[in-house]
Amino acid sequence: MSRSPARLARLLLSLAGALLLWDALYGVLQRAAAWFTRDLLGLDAGTHLASAVEFFLYETPKVLLLLTLVVFGVGVVRSFFTPERTRAILAGKAESVGNVLAAALGIVTPFCSCSAVPLFIGFLTAGIPLGVTFSFLISAPMVNEVALALLFGLFGWKVAALYLGTGLALAIVAGWVIGRLQLERHVEPWVYQMTAGEARLPEHRTTWKERLDHGLEAVRDIVGKVWPYVLAGIAVGAGIHGWVPENFMASIMGRGAWWSVPLAVLIGVPMYSNAAGIIPVVHALLEKGAALGTVLAFMMAVIALSLPEVIILRKVLRPVLIAVFLGVVTVGIVLVGYLFNWLL
Amino acid sequence: MTRIEVLGPGCANCERLYRNTERAVKELGLECELEKITDLNVIMGYRIMSTPGLVIDGVVQFSGRVPSVEQLKEMLS
Repeated sequence: MSRSPARLARLLLSLAGALLLWDALYGVLQRAAAWFTRDLLGLDAGTHLASAVEFFLYETPKVLLLLTLVVFGVGVVRSFFTPERTRAILAGKAESVGNVLAAALGIVTPFCSCSAVPLFIGFLTAGIPLGVTFSFLISAPMVNEVALALLFGLFGWKVAALYLGTGLALAIVAGWVIGRLQLERHVEPWVYQMTAGEARLPEHRTTWKERLDHGLEAVRDIVGKVWPYVLAGIAVGAGIHGWVPENFMASIMGRGAWWSVPLAVLIGVPMYSNAAGIIPVVHALLEKGAALGTVLAFMMAVIALSLPEVIILRKVLRPVLIAVFLGVVTVGIVLVGYLFNWLL
Repeated sequence: MTRIEVLGPGCANCERLYRNTERAVKELGLECELEKITDLNVIMGYRIMSTPGLVIDGVVQFSGRVPSVEQLKEMLS
């Protein structure tokens, strides 16, 4: 495959063009939504319907654009990382340092829940401590680019940054705690009996074109899968935005109700959804007086812990360890919820 | 005869790789034994860290991605 400079230049040019187009579209959205609602559809400003429709028309393209950009960017970054490379980086690092690295790498290493078991085994047999492996397993699903993109788009960079920061902190501390508890005997014995080793994969120098393709494929894959949820979520959000009175949620999910955080988390843990569906609803709930910490904790609980993943991990973890894993993460999320409420 | 194994416990990506491989094999008219492996013990024997994976005559070609039918045809020929 030729790697001529001319080809790379063409690629970069089309990328630059796409970004400019993206920026132009993004800038025009709010006015377009307002114009569409008031002038084209002729809805009176101030009515519930107008409010809801404008919300929907503004938020939908905005969120989809953001999602596309972030998924593409992260897709390209991910082409630099493989689980094999991550394992090589983590092997031999002491705990604490390992926990931090593992949590950070969890964000950029490609991971899907059905890979949880091979990855877990691969890490352990390479000598990576149990706690460090858990730091990775906690951060990988939870701190994902879809959640961050949506949080950024709907609530601004501060909330997204806070989610990122606390997500990492949670992964680091929870993994470290699990490591301290010395629960290695609760890993299924056959795991440790597997000899270490690594599949010798053929050499593959990834070209920049392949990296950009990877990003595009990620967009087709993820945005292609997730957009109905985004639409549905924003539609529900639009309804709440238009019709539910202010402060309606304050009594149930507001700051005053101290029990709302643990309750929200407990409801969220057994649920599993991708970030895209939940966040727009969260947005609308927030507008109506729900406390930010409570809804973000709920969101974390939904995304971070999933029944399918737990079922898969049962193959390598004994019930005690699974329970500890769930317990530590749940408590952590509740604490994060209180922290958010206190800070924001 | 070439032996091709698609490794994966059964998630959407693993299914897709199997279907793509099946098509690639058919389009190339390749004589081969194509098998889908869902048994974790066997999969772990190949030491891959992410699924799905493709094995040709016992040698792992890649893991953790789903190449297109065209890319698979290149690999198989």
